Amino acid sequence: MDMEKRYHSVQLMKDQCHGCTNCLMHCPTEAIRVRNGRAHIIAEKCIDCGECIRICDYHAKVAITDKLSDIKRFRYSIALPAPSLYGQFRDLKSIGVVLDGLKKIGFDDVFEVARGADVVSRAIALRMRDNTIPRPIISSACPAVVRLIQVRFPDLIPNIMDVRQPMEIAASIAKDEFVRAHGCAPEEVGVFFITPCPAKMTAIRTPIGHEKSAVDGAISMMDIYSALRPHVRPQFTSDTPCASTSYGVGWASSSGESQAVCPEKSLAVDGIQNCIRILEEIENGSLMDLDFFEGNACIGGCVGGALAYENNYVARNTIHRLVEHIKTEKNIHPNEDVPPSLMSKYPLYLDQPIEANTAMRLDGDISKAMRMLEKVNAITKELPGYDCGSCGSPTCRSFAQDIVEGYCGELDCIHKLKEKLKIMAEQMVELAQTKRT
Amino acid sequence: MHEEYPVEKSDYTRAGEASASIKRILKQLGISGSVLRRIGVACYEVELNLVIHSDGGVLSLDVDSDAVTLTSADRGPGIPDIQMAMREGYSTASEEARSLGFGAGMGLPNMKRNADDFFIESEPGKGTTIRMSFRLG
Repeated sequence: MDMEKRYHSVQLMKDQCHGCTNCLMHCPTEAIRVRNGRAHIIAEKCIDCGECIRICDYHAKVAITDKLSDIKRFRYSIALPAPSLYGQFRDLKSIGVVLDGLKKIGFDDVFEVARGADVVSRAIALRMRDNTIPRPIISSACPAVVRLIQVRFPDLIPNIMDVRQPMEIAASIAKDEFVRAHGCAPEEVGVFFITPCPAKMTAIRTPIGHEKSAVDGAISMMDIYSALRPHVRPQFTSDTPCASTSYGVGWASSSGESQAVCPEKSLAVDGIQNCIRILEEIENGSLMDLDFFEGNACIGGCVGGALAYENNYVARNTIHRLVEHIKTEKNIHPNEDVPPSLMSKYPLYLDQPIEANTAMRLDGDISKAMRMLEKVNAITKELPGYDCGSCGSPTCRSFAQDIVEGYCGELDCIHKLKEKLKIMAEQMVELAQTKRT
Repeated sequence: MHEEYPVEKSDYTRAGEASASIKRILKQLGISGSVLRRIGVACYEVELNLVIHSDGGVLSLDVDSDAVTLTSADRGPGIPDIQMAMREGYSTASEEARSLGFGAGMGLPNMKRNADDFFIESEPGKGTTIRMSFRLG
Protein backbone atom coordinates (compact mmCIF):
# COMPACT_ATOMS: atom_id res chain seq x y z
CA MET A 1 0.00 0.00 0.00
CA ASP A 2 2.76 2.41 0.97
CA MET A 3 4.67 1.67 -2.22
CA GLU A 4 1.51 2.23 -4.22
CA LYS A 5 0.99 5.58 -2.48
CA ARG A 6 4.42 6.73 -3.55
CA TYR A 7 4.13 5.54 -7.13
CA HIS A 8 5.66 7.98 -9.60
CA SER A 9 5.58 8.01 -13.37
CA VAL A 10 8.74 10.15 -13.43
CA GLN A 11 11.82 7.95 -13.05
CA LEU A 12 15.58 8.30 -13.38
CA MET A 13 17.61 6.30 -15.89
CA LYS A 14 20.71 5.98 -13.70
CA ASP A 15 23.14 5.10 -16.50
CA GLN A 16 22.23 8.20 -18.51
CA CYS A 17 22.59 10.62 -15.59
CA HIS A 18 25.78 12.74 -15.61
CA GLY A 19 25.16 14.15 -12.16
CA CYS A 20 24.80 17.75 -13.38
CA THR A 21 22.63 20.26 -11.52
CA ASN A 22 20.01 21.11 -14.16
CA CYS A 23 17.12 19.08 -12.74
CA LEU A 24 18.20 19.89 -9.20
CA MET A 25 17.80 23.61 -9.79
CA HIS A 26 14.47 23.38 -11.63
CA CYS A 27 12.47 21.10 -9.37
CA PRO A 28 9.58 23.17 -7.94
CA THR A 29 9.35 21.09 -4.75
CA GLU A 30 13.13 20.61 -4.20
CA ALA A 31 12.57 16.88 -4.63
CA ILE A 32 15.92 16.11 -6.31
CA ARG A 33 19.37 15.61 -4.79
CA VAL A 34 22.58 14.66 -6.56
CA ARG A 35 24.47 12.12 -4.50
CA ASN A 36 27.49 10.07 -5.58
CA GLY A 37 27.35 11.64 -9.03
CA ARG A 38 23.74 10.65 -9.77
CA ALA A 39 20.40 12.37 -9.34
CA HIS A 40 17.94 10.94 -6.85
CA ILE A 41 14.24 11.74 -6.69
CA ILE A 42 12.76 12.05 -3.21
CA ALA A 43 9.50 10.16 -3.74
CA GLU A 44 7.63 11.93 -0.93
CA LYS A 45 8.21 15.34 -2.50
CA CYS A 46 7.90 14.57 -6.23
CA ILE A 47 4.69 15.83 -7.86
CA ASP A 48 5.34 14.31 -11.32
CA CYS A 49 5.19 17.69 -13.05
CA GLY A 50 7.80 16.63 -15.61
CA GLU A 51 10.01 19.74 -15.31
CA CYS A 52 13.08 17.51 -14.88
CA ILE A 53 12.19 15.50 -18.01
CA ARG A 54 12.08 18.71 -20.02
CA ILE A 55 15.28 20.18 -18.60
CA CYS A 56 17.56 17.11 -18.72
CA ASP A 57 20.03 17.35 -21.62
CA TYR A 58 20.95 13.68 -21.22
CA HIS A 59 17.38 12.34 -21.27
CA ALA A 60 18.04 10.64 -17.98
CA LYS A 61 14.58 11.48 -16.66
CA VAL A 62 11.73 9.53 -18.20
CA ALA A 63 8.02 9.01 -17.70
CA ILE A 64 6.90 5.44 -17.28
CA THR A 65 3.73 4.92 -19.29
CA ASP A 66 2.01 1.99 -20.97
CA LYS A 67 3.08 0.85 -24.44
CA LEU A 68 0.76 0.69 -27.41
CA SER A 69 1.15 -3.10 -27.30
CA ASP A 70 -0.38 -3.09 -23.79
CA ILE A 71 -3.82 -2.56 -25.30
CA LYS A 72 -3.68 -6.24 -26.31
CA ARG A 73 -4.03 -7.19 -22.65
CA PHE A 74 -7.74 -6.59 -23.18
CA ARG A 75 -10.11 -8.18 -25.68
CA TYR A 76 -11.33 -4.71 -26.65
CA SER A 77 -9.57 -1.40 -26.29
CA ILE A 78 -10.79 2.18 -26.36
CA ALA A 79 -8.53 5.20 -26.93
CA LEU A 80 -9.20 8.34 -24.90
CA PRO A 81 -7.34 11.12 -26.72
CA ALA A 82 -6.60 14.18 -24.59
CA PRO A 83 -7.62 17.23 -26.65
CA SER A 84 -3.96 18.28 -26.63
CA LEU A 85 -3.31 15.35 -29.02
CA TYR A 86 -5.02 17.32 -31.80
CA GLY A 87 -2.47 20.07 -31.30
CA GLN A 88 0.34 17.71 -32.30
CA PHE A 89 -0.66 17.88 -35.98
CA ARG A 90 -0.18 21.41 -37.24
CA ASP A 91 -1.96 20.82 -40.55
CA LEU A 92 -4.98 19.07 -39.05
CA LYS A 93 -8.25 20.01 -40.79
CA SER A 94 -10.68 18.09 -38.61
CA ILE A 95 -10.55 16.16 -35.36
CA GLY A 96 -12.20 13.19 -37.07
CA VAL A 97 -8.94 12.41 -38.88
CA VAL A 98 -7.17 11.80 -35.53
CA LEU A 99 -10.10 9.75 -34.21
CA ASP A 100 -10.02 7.59 -37.39
CA GLY A 101 -6.25 7.26 -37.09
CA LEU A 102 -6.48 5.88 -33.56
CA LYS A 103 -8.79 3.12 -34.81
CA LYS A 104 -6.37 2.34 -37.64
CA ILE A 105 -3.50 1.76 -35.23
CA GLY A 106 -5.38 -0.84 -33.23
CA PHE A 107 -8.08 0.62 -30.99
CA ASP A 108 -11.59 -0.77 -31.33
CA ASP A 109 -13.17 2.50 -30.36
CA VAL A 110 -12.34 6.11 -29.54
CA PHE A 111 -13.92 8.46 -27.02
CA GLU A 112 -12.91 12.13 -26.89
CA VAL A 113 -11.67 13.31 -23.51
CA ALA A 114 -12.90 16.72 -24.69
CA ARG A 115 -16.38 15.25 -24.24
CA GLY A 116 -15.43 14.44 -20.66
CA ALA A 117 -14.23 18.04 -20.32
CA ASP A 118 -17.70 19.18 -21.45
CA VAL A 119 -19.33 17.17 -18.66
CA VAL A 120 -16.77 18.42 -16.13
CA SER A 121 -17.28 22.02 -17.30
CA ARG A 122 -20.98 21.75 -16.58
CA ALA A 123 -20.34 20.09 -13.21
CA ILE A 124 -17.91 22.85 -12.18
CA ALA A 125 -20.34 25.55 -13.30
CA LEU A 126 -22.92 23.95 -10.97
CA ARG A 127 -20.48 23.66 -8.05
CA MET A 128 -19.51 27.32 -8.47
CA ARG A 129 -22.95 28.20 -7.06
CA ASP A 130 -21.93 26.68 -3.71
CA ASN A 131 -20.85 29.63 -1.58
CA THR A 132 -19.43 27.40 1.16
CA ILE A 133 -16.39 26.53 -0.98
CA PRO A 134 -13.70 29.13 -0.16
CA ARG A 135 -12.76 31.51 -2.97
CA PRO A 136 -11.02 31.42 -5.26
CA ILE A 137 -11.99 27.89 -6.15
CA ILE A 138 -8.93 26.10 -7.52
CA SER A 139 -9.23 23.80 -10.54
CA SER A 140 -8.48 20.13 -9.89
CA ALA A 141 -7.76 19.39 -13.56
CA CYS A 142 -3.96 19.51 -13.46
CA PRO A 143 -2.79 16.73 -11.12
CA ALA A 144 0.68 18.29 -10.81
CA VAL A 145 -0.85 21.50 -9.46
CA VAL A 146 -3.04 19.54 -7.03
CA ARG A 147 0.04 17.68 -5.78
CA LEU A 148 1.96 20.96 -5.60
CA ILE A 149 -0.78 22.29 -3.31
CA GLN A 150 -0.59 19.14 -1.18
CA VAL A 151 3.16 19.65 -0.69
CA ARG A 152 3.64 23.41 -0.62
CA PHE A 153 0.21 24.99 0.00
CA PRO A 154 -1.66 22.54 2.26
CA ASP A 155 -3.80 25.36 3.67
CA LEU A 156 -5.35 25.84 0.22
CA ILE A 157 -6.67 22.27 -0.05
CA PRO A 158 -10.22 23.38 0.94
CA ASN A 159 -10.25 25.63 -2.16
CA ILE A 160 -9.74 22.74 -4.59
CA MET A 161 -12.75 21.96 -6.80
CA ASP A 162 -14.14 18.54 -5.87
CA VAL A 163 -14.84 17.38 -9.43
CA ARG A 164 -12.96 14.49 -11.08
CA GLN A 165 -10.75 14.93 -14.10
CA PRO A 166 -12.19 14.86 -17.64
CA MET A 167 -10.36 11.60 -18.43
CA GLU A 168 -12.16 9.87 -15.52
CA ILE A 169 -15.63 10.86 -16.70
CA ALA A 170 -14.69 10.07 -20.31
CA ALA A 171 -13.47 6.59 -19.27
CA SER A 172 -16.65 5.82 -17.33
CA ILE A 173 -18.92 6.83 -20.21
CA ALA A 174 -16.77 5.18 -22.90
CA LYS A 175 -16.62 1.82 -21.16
CA ASP A 176 -20.31 1.80 -20.25
CA GLU A 177 -21.46 2.71 -23.76
CA PHE A 178 -19.14 0.14 -25.36
CA VAL A 179 -20.29 -2.65 -23.03
CA ARG A 180 -23.94 -1.87 -23.83
CA ALA A 181 -23.37 -1.67 -27.58
CA HIS A 182 -21.33 -4.88 -27.82
CA GLY A 183 -22.81 -6.94 -25.03
CA CYS A 184 -19.41 -7.76 -23.54
CA ALA A 185 -18.16 -7.79 -19.94
CA PRO A 186 -16.60 -4.58 -18.55
CA GLU A 187 -13.40 -6.51 -17.70
CA GLU A 188 -12.91 -7.29 -21.38
CA VAL A 189 -12.64 -3.59 -22.24
CA GLY A 190 -9.42 -1.61 -21.66
CA VAL A 191 -9.66 2.18 -21.68
CA PHE A 192 -6.37 3.99 -22.46
CA PHE A 193 -5.72 7.68 -22.03
CA ILE A 194 -3.37 9.25 -24.60
CA THR A 195 -1.43 11.45 -22.22
CA PRO A 196 0.59 14.64 -22.68
CA CYS A 197 2.20 14.34 -19.22
CA PRO A 198 3.49 11.98 -16.52
CA ALA A 199 1.23 13.52 -13.86
CA LYS A 200 -1.84 12.00 -15.52
CA MET A 201 -0.21 8.58 -15.49
CA THR A 202 0.40 8.94 -11.76
CA ALA A 203 -3.17 10.18 -11.29
CA ILE A 204 -4.43 6.96 -12.89
CA ARG A 205 -2.29 4.71 -10.71
CA THR A 206 -2.87 6.69 -7.51
CA PRO A 207 -5.90 8.96 -7.88
CA ILE A 208 -6.35 11.94 -5.56
CA GLY A 209 -9.77 12.31 -3.95
CA HIS A 210 -11.34 9.08 -5.14
CA GLU A 211 -10.74 5.31 -5.09
CA LYS A 212 -9.74 3.45 -8.23
CA SER A 213 -9.38 5.25 -11.56
CA ALA A 214 -11.84 4.40 -14.34
CA VAL A 215 -8.89 4.55 -16.76
CA ASP A 216 -6.96 1.30 -17.31
CA GLY A 217 -3.72 2.79 -18.61
CA ALA A 218 -1.99 5.75 -20.21
CA ILE A 219 0.04 5.86 -23.40
CA SER A 220 2.49 8.69 -23.92
CA MET A 221 1.65 11.10 -26.74
CA MET A 222 5.31 11.00 -27.74
CA ASP A 223 5.24 7.19 -28.05
CA ILE A 224 2.06 7.07 -30.10
CA TYR A 225 3.07 9.91 -32.40
CA SER A 226 5.15 7.83 -34.81
CA ALA A 227 2.41 5.22 -35.19
CA LEU A 228 -0.27 7.84 -35.65
CA ARG A 229 1.51 10.28 -37.96
CA PRO A 230 1.12 8.21 -41.19
CA HIS A 231 -2.64 8.20 -40.65
CA VAL A 232 -2.95 11.93 -40.00
CA ARG A 233 -1.97 13.66 -43.23
CA PRO A 234 -2.93 17.18 -44.36
CA GLN A 235 -4.86 15.90 -47.37
CA PHE A 236 -6.95 13.45 -45.29
CA THR A 237 -10.57 14.22 -44.54
CA SER A 238 -13.02 12.39 -42.30
CA ASP A 239 -16.76 11.95 -41.87
CA THR A 240 -16.34 11.12 -38.18
CA PRO A 241 -18.02 13.96 -36.32
CA CYS A 242 -16.52 15.78 -33.35
CA ALA A 243 -18.75 14.80 -30.41
CA SER A 244 -17.48 17.50 -28.07
CA THR A 245 -18.05 21.24 -28.03
CA SER A 246 -15.43 23.81 -28.95
CA TYR A 247 -15.09 24.48 -25.19
CA GLY A 248 -14.17 20.87 -24.43
CA VAL A 249 -11.46 20.94 -27.12
CA GLY A 250 -10.30 24.31 -25.76
CA TRP A 251 -9.33 22.62 -22.47
CA ALA A 252 -6.11 21.58 -24.27
CA SER A 253 -4.69 25.08 -23.77
CA SER A 254 -4.31 27.28 -20.72
CA SER A 255 -7.50 29.30 -20.03
CA GLY A 256 -9.66 26.81 -21.96
CA GLU A 257 -11.15 25.50 -18.74
CA SER A 258 -11.85 28.91 -17.21
CA GLN A 259 -13.43 30.08 -20.46
CA ALA A 260 -15.84 27.16 -20.15
CA VAL A 261 -16.69 27.47 -16.46
CA CYS A 262 -16.26 31.05 -15.28
CA PRO A 263 -15.07 33.50 -17.91
CA GLU A 264 -15.85 36.61 -15.80
CA LYS A 265 -13.87 36.29 -12.58
CA SER A 266 -11.27 33.68 -13.34
CA LEU A 267 -7.51 33.66 -13.69
CA ALA A 268 -5.64 31.13 -15.81
CA VAL A 269 -1.94 30.67 -15.12
CA ASP A 270 0.48 28.35 -16.91
CA GLY A 271 3.96 27.20 -15.94
CA ILE A 272 4.64 25.72 -12.51
CA GLN A 273 6.73 28.66 -11.23
CA ASN A 274 3.98 31.08 -12.25
CA CYS A 275 1.43 28.88 -10.48
CA ILE A 276 3.55 29.00 -7.32
CA ARG A 277 3.61 32.82 -7.42
CA ILE A 278 -0.16 33.05 -7.75
CA LEU A 279 -0.79 30.40 -5.07
CA GLU A 280 1.38 32.51 -2.73
CA GLU A 281 -0.90 35.46 -3.47
CA ILE A 282 -4.02 33.40 -2.87
CA GLU A 283 -2.49 32.36 0.46
CA ASN A 284 -1.88 36.02 1.30
CA GLY A 285 -5.54 36.74 0.70
CA SER A 286 -4.67 39.29 -1.96
CA LEU A 287 -6.82 37.71 -4.70
CA MET A 288 -10.10 37.59 -2.84
CA ASP A 289 -12.15 39.05 -5.70
CA LEU A 290 -11.32 36.02 -7.84
CA ASP A 291 -13.86 33.20 -8.21
CA PHE A 292 -11.86 30.59 -10.09
CA PHE A 293 -8.17 29.82 -10.49
CA GLU A 294 -7.01 27.53 -13.27
CA GLY A 295 -3.39 26.52 -12.87
CA ASN A 296 -1.53 24.41 -15.39
CA ALA A 297 1.94 23.12 -14.54
CA CYS A 298 3.05 23.29 -18.18
CA ILE A 299 3.61 26.43 -20.27
CA GLY A 300 0.64 26.82 -22.59
CA GLY A 301 -1.44 24.27 -20.67
CA CYS A 302 -1.67 20.56 -21.55
CA VAL A 303 -0.36 21.25 -25.07
CA GLY A 304 2.94 22.03 -23.34
CA GLY A 305 3.07 18.68 -21.54
CA ALA A 306 6.45 17.00 -21.14
CA LEU A 307 5.29 14.12 -23.36
CA ALA A 308 3.93 16.29 -26.19
CA TYR A 309 5.84 16.24 -29.46
CA GLU A 310 4.93 19.56 -31.05
CA ASN A 311 6.24 22.93 -29.84
CA ASN A 312 3.71 24.22 -27.30
CA TYR A 313 3.14 27.58 -29.00
CA VAL A 314 2.54 25.95 -32.38
CA ALA A 315 0.23 23.39 -30.76
CA ARG A 316 -1.68 26.16 -29.04
CA ASN A 317 -2.22 27.84 -32.40
CA THR A 318 -3.49 24.60 -33.90
CA ILE A 319 -5.96 24.13 -31.04
CA HIS A 320 -7.15 27.72 -31.43
CA ARG A 321 -7.78 27.14 -35.14
CA LEU A 322 -9.66 23.90 -34.47
CA VAL A 323 -11.78 25.55 -31.76
CA GLU A 324 -12.78 28.34 -34.16
CA HIS A 325 -13.57 25.77 -36.84
CA ILE A 326 -15.81 23.72 -34.51
CA LYS A 327 -17.62 26.91 -33.52
CA THR A 328 -18.62 27.55 -37.15
CA GLU A 329 -20.24 24.12 -37.27
CA LYS A 330 -21.65 23.87 -33.74
CA ASN A 331 -21.55 26.92 -31.50
CA ILE A 332 -22.90 25.60 -28.22
CA HIS A 333 -21.83 25.80 -24.57
CA PRO A 334 -21.42 22.57 -22.52
CA ASN A 335 -24.16 23.79 -20.14
CA GLU A 336 -26.63 23.44 -23.03
CA ASP A 337 -24.97 20.54 -24.82
CA VAL A 338 -24.43 18.03 -21.99
CA PRO A 339 -27.72 16.23 -21.24
CA PRO A 340 -28.77 16.42 -17.55
CA SER A 341 -29.00 12.61 -17.48
CA LEU A 342 -25.20 12.41 -17.89
CA MET A 343 -24.70 14.52 -14.79
CA SER A 344 -25.88 11.85 -12.38
CA LYS A 345 -25.15 8.63 -14.23
CA TYR A 346 -21.39 8.41 -13.65
CA PRO A 347 -19.14 9.25 -10.68
CA LEU A 348 -18.39 12.92 -11.18
CA TYR A 349 -17.33 14.22 -7.77
CA LEU A 350 -14.47 13.47 -5.40
CA ASP A 351 -15.60 11.34 -2.49
CA GLN A 352 -12.39 11.16 -0.45
CA PRO A 353 -10.58 14.02 1.28
CA ILE A 354 -7.44 15.44 -0.33
CA GLU A 355 -4.74 14.97 2.29
CA ALA A 356 -1.91 17.41 3.03
CA ASN A 357 1.54 16.08 2.17
CA THR A 358 3.83 16.49 5.17
CA ALA A 359 7.12 16.19 3.22
CA MET A 360 8.05 19.83 3.96
CA ARG A 361 7.65 19.32 7.71
CA LEU A 362 10.90 18.82 9.64
CA ASP A 363 9.32 16.76 12.41
CA GLY A 364 5.89 15.79 13.69
CA ASP A 365 6.77 17.26 17.09
CA ILE A 366 6.78 21.03 16.81
CA SER A 367 9.35 21.54 19.59
CA LYS A 368 11.76 19.17 17.88
CA ALA A 369 11.05 20.81 14.51
CA MET A 370 11.90 24.21 16.03
CA ARG A 371 15.20 22.96 17.39
CA MET A 372 16.04 21.52 13.97
CA LEU A 373 15.06 24.74 12.23
CA GLU A 374 17.31 26.76 14.54
CA LYS A 375 20.20 24.49 13.61
CA VAL A 376 19.32 24.89 9.90
CA ASN A 377 19.37 28.68 10.30
CA ALA A 378 22.70 28.61 12.12
CA ILE A 379 24.34 26.39 9.47
CA THR A 380 22.85 28.44 6.61
CA LYS A 381 24.51 31.58 8.00
CA GLU A 382 27.92 29.90 7.77
CA LEU A 383 27.44 28.80 4.13
CA PRO A 384 28.53 31.02 1.21
CA GLY A 385 24.98 31.53 -0.16
CA TYR A 386 25.94 30.85 -3.80
CA ASP A 387 23.14 28.28 -4.23
CA CYS A 388 25.49 26.61 -6.74
CA GLY A 389 24.23 23.07 -6.29
CA SER A 390 27.73 21.58 -6.19
CA CYS A 391 26.96 19.86 -2.89
CA GLY A 392 24.02 18.09 -4.55
CA SER A 393 21.29 20.08 -2.78
CA PRO A 394 19.43 22.80 -4.70
CA THR A 395 20.18 25.73 -2.33
CA CYS A 396 22.49 26.46 0.60
CA ARG A 397 19.42 26.45 2.82
CA SER A 398 18.23 23.04 1.65
CA PHE A 399 21.82 21.79 2.08
CA ALA A 400 21.76 23.00 5.69
CA GLN A 401 18.51 21.14 6.17
CA ASP A 402 20.01 18.00 4.62
CA ILE A 403 22.91 18.25 7.11
CA VAL A 404 20.51 18.59 10.05
CA GLU A 405 18.48 15.65 8.80
CA GLY A 406 21.69 13.63 8.59
CA TYR A 407 21.91 13.11 4.83
CA CYS A 408 25.25 14.86 4.32
CA GLY A 409 28.07 16.68 6.05
CA GLU A 410 29.33 20.25 5.91
CA LEU A 411 32.41 19.30 3.86
CA ASP A 412 30.15 18.21 0.98
CA CYS A 413 30.14 21.96 0.26
CA ILE A 414 33.20 22.49 -1.97
CA HIS A 415 33.59 26.07 -0.73
CA LYS A 416 33.66 24.89 2.87
CA LEU A 417 36.08 22.15 1.85
CA LYS A 418 38.37 24.70 0.17
CA GLU A 419 38.36 26.82 3.32
CA LYS A 420 39.26 23.80 5.39
CA LEU A 421 42.02 22.76 2.96
CA LYS A 422 43.48 26.26 3.09
CA ILE A 423 43.66 26.12 6.87
CA MET A 424 45.21 22.65 6.72
CA ALA A 425 47.76 23.78 4.10
CA GLU A 426 48.76 26.72 6.27
CA GLN A 427 49.18 24.40 9.23
CA MET A 428 51.36 22.09 7.10
CA VAL A 429 53.57 25.01 6.09
CA GLU A 430 53.79 26.07 9.71
CA LEU A 431 54.75 22.55 10.70
CA ALA A 432 57.37 22.30 7.97
CA GLN A 433 58.94 25.59 9.04
CA THR A 434 59.15 24.63 12.66
CA LYS A 435 62.83 24.50 13.62
CA ARG A 436 64.30 21.79 15.70
CA THR A 437 64.92 22.98 19.19
CA MET B 1 11.96 30.46 18.36
CA HIS B 2 12.31 34.07 17.35
CA GLU B 3 12.93 35.59 13.90
CA GLU B 4 13.06 39.24 12.80
CA TYR B 5 12.47 40.81 9.41
CA PRO B 6 13.15 44.51 8.77
CA VAL B 7 10.53 46.04 6.46
CA GLU B 8 11.22 49.41 4.82
CA LYS B 9 8.86 52.21 3.87
CA SER B 10 7.60 52.13 0.25
CA ASP B 11 9.85 49.18 -0.60
CA TYR B 12 7.40 47.50 -2.97
CA THR B 13 10.09 45.35 -4.59
CA ARG B 14 10.50 43.42 -1.32
CA ALA B 15 6.90 43.62 -0.18
CA GLY B 16 5.67 40.14 0.70
CA GLU B 17 9.11 38.56 1.17
CA ALA B 18 8.92 38.53 4.97
CA SER B 19 5.49 36.85 4.79
CA ALA B 20 6.82 34.28 2.32
CA SER B 21 9.73 33.44 4.67
CA ILE B 22 7.43 33.23 7.68
CA LYS B 23 4.98 30.95 5.84
CA ARG B 24 7.84 28.67 4.81
CA ILE B 25 9.03 28.39 8.41
CA LEU B 26 5.53 27.60 9.66
CA LYS B 27 5.13 24.87 7.03
CA GLN B 28 8.48 23.38 8.02
CA LEU B 29 7.22 23.32 11.60
CA GLY B 30 4.21 21.33 10.41
CA ILE B 31 1.64 24.08 10.95
CA SER B 32 -1.15 23.50 8.47
CA GLY B 33 -4.85 23.94 7.77
CA SER B 34 -6.98 26.92 8.72
CA VAL B 35 -4.57 28.38 11.30
CA LEU B 36 -1.81 28.57 8.67
CA ARG B 37 -4.28 30.21 6.31
CA ARG B 38 -5.23 32.82 8.93
CA ILE B 39 -1.62 33.57 9.84
CA GLY B 40 -0.73 33.91 6.15
CA VAL B 41 -3.45 36.49 5.52
CA ALA B 42 -2.76 38.50 8.69
CA CYS B 43 0.99 38.38 8.18
CA TYR B 44 0.77 39.72 4.63
CA GLU B 45 -1.61 42.49 5.73
CA VAL B 46 0.68 43.61 8.54
CA GLU B 47 3.77 43.50 6.30
CA LEU B 48 2.02 45.55 3.62
CA ASN B 49 0.90 48.01 6.30
CA LEU B 50 4.54 48.58 7.22
CA VAL B 51 5.40 49.22 3.56
CA ILE B 52 2.42 51.45 2.79
CA HIS B 53 1.75 53.40 6.00
CA SER B 54 4.78 53.30 8.27
CA ASP B 55 8.20 54.90 8.23
CA GLY B 56 9.65 51.41 8.33
CA GLY B 57 9.92 48.88 11.10
CA VAL B 58 10.44 45.29 12.07
CA LEU B 59 8.14 42.32 11.71
CA SER B 60 8.94 39.53 14.12
CA LEU B 61 7.81 35.97 14.50
CA ASP B 62 7.69 34.03 17.75
CA VAL B 63 6.72 30.38 17.87
CA ASP B 64 6.30 28.07 20.81
CA SER B 65 4.47 24.78 20.98
CA ASP B 66 1.12 26.47 21.81
CA ALA B 67 1.02 29.60 19.72
CA VAL B 68 2.41 31.71 16.90
CA THR B 69 2.83 35.42 17.59
CA LEU B 70 3.45 38.11 14.98
CA THR B 71 4.64 41.51 16.14
CA SER B 72 4.98 44.57 13.96
CA ALA B 73 6.81 47.51 15.49
CA ASP B 74 7.38 50.62 13.38
CA ARG B 75 9.23 53.92 13.79
CA GLY B 76 6.22 56.09 13.06
CA PRO B 77 4.26 58.10 12.16
CA GLY B 78 1.67 56.61 14.54
CA ILE B 79 -2.11 56.45 14.25
CA PRO B 80 -3.98 59.47 15.68
CA ASP B 81 -7.35 57.71 16.01
CA ILE B 82 -7.15 53.93 16.37
CA GLN B 83 -10.92 53.47 16.56
CA MET B 84 -11.32 55.21 13.22
CA ALA B 85 -8.46 53.17 11.70
CA MET B 86 -10.10 49.92 12.82
CA ARG B 87 -13.27 50.71 10.83
CA GLU B 88 -13.78 48.74 7.63
CA GLY B 89 -13.32 50.88 4.57
CA TYR B 90 -11.31 53.61 6.33
CA SER B 91 -7.99 54.20 4.62
CA THR B 92 -5.24 56.78 4.50
CA ALA B 93 -3.29 54.99 1.78
CA SER B 94 -1.42 57.14 -0.74
CA GLU B 95 -2.32 57.32 -4.42
CA GLU B 96 0.79 55.22 -5.15
CA ALA B 97 -0.44 52.44 -2.86
CA ARG B 98 -3.98 52.60 -4.22
CA SER B 99 -2.74 52.37 -7.79
CA LEU B 100 -1.06 49.09 -6.80
CA GLY B 101 -4.34 47.72 -5.54
CA PHE B 102 -3.81 48.35 -1.82
CA GLY B 103 -5.53 50.67 0.58
CA ALA B 104 -9.11 49.37 0.51
CA GLY B 105 -9.33 50.04 4.23
CA MET B 106 -9.62 46.38 5.16
CA GLY B 107 -6.14 45.92 6.60
CA LEU B 108 -6.58 46.31 10.37
CA PRO B 109 -10.11 44.81 10.55
CA ASN B 110 -8.89 41.87 8.47
CA MET B 111 -5.95 41.27 10.85
CA LYS B 112 -8.23 41.41 13.88
CA ARG B 113 -10.68 38.98 12.26
CA ASN B 114 -7.95 36.45 11.49
CA ALA B 115 -6.02 36.58 14.77
CA ASP B 116 -7.10 34.84 17.98
CA ASP B 117 -5.74 37.76 19.99
CA PHE B 118 -5.16 41.22 18.58
CA PHE B 119 -3.39 44.08 20.32
CA ILE B 120 -2.63 47.52 18.91
CA GLU B 121 -0.89 50.45 20.53
CA SER B 122 0.08 53.69 18.83
CA GLU B 123 1.41 57.10 19.61
CA PRO B 124 1.56 59.83 16.98
CA GLY B 125 5.13 60.87 16.37
CA LYS B 126 6.48 57.65 17.85
CA GLY B 127 5.06 54.61 16.18
CA THR B 128 2.68 51.70 16.19
CA THR B 129 2.96 48.22 17.63
CA ILE B 130 0.61 45.47 16.55
CA ARG B 131 0.71 42.07 18.20
CA MET B 132 -1.31 39.12 16.92
CA SER B 133 -1.45 35.65 18.44
CA PHE B 134 -2.68 32.45 16.87
CA ARG B 135 -3.35 29.40 19.03
CA LEU B 136 -2.09 26.08 17.74
CA GLY B 137 -3.91 22.75 17.90
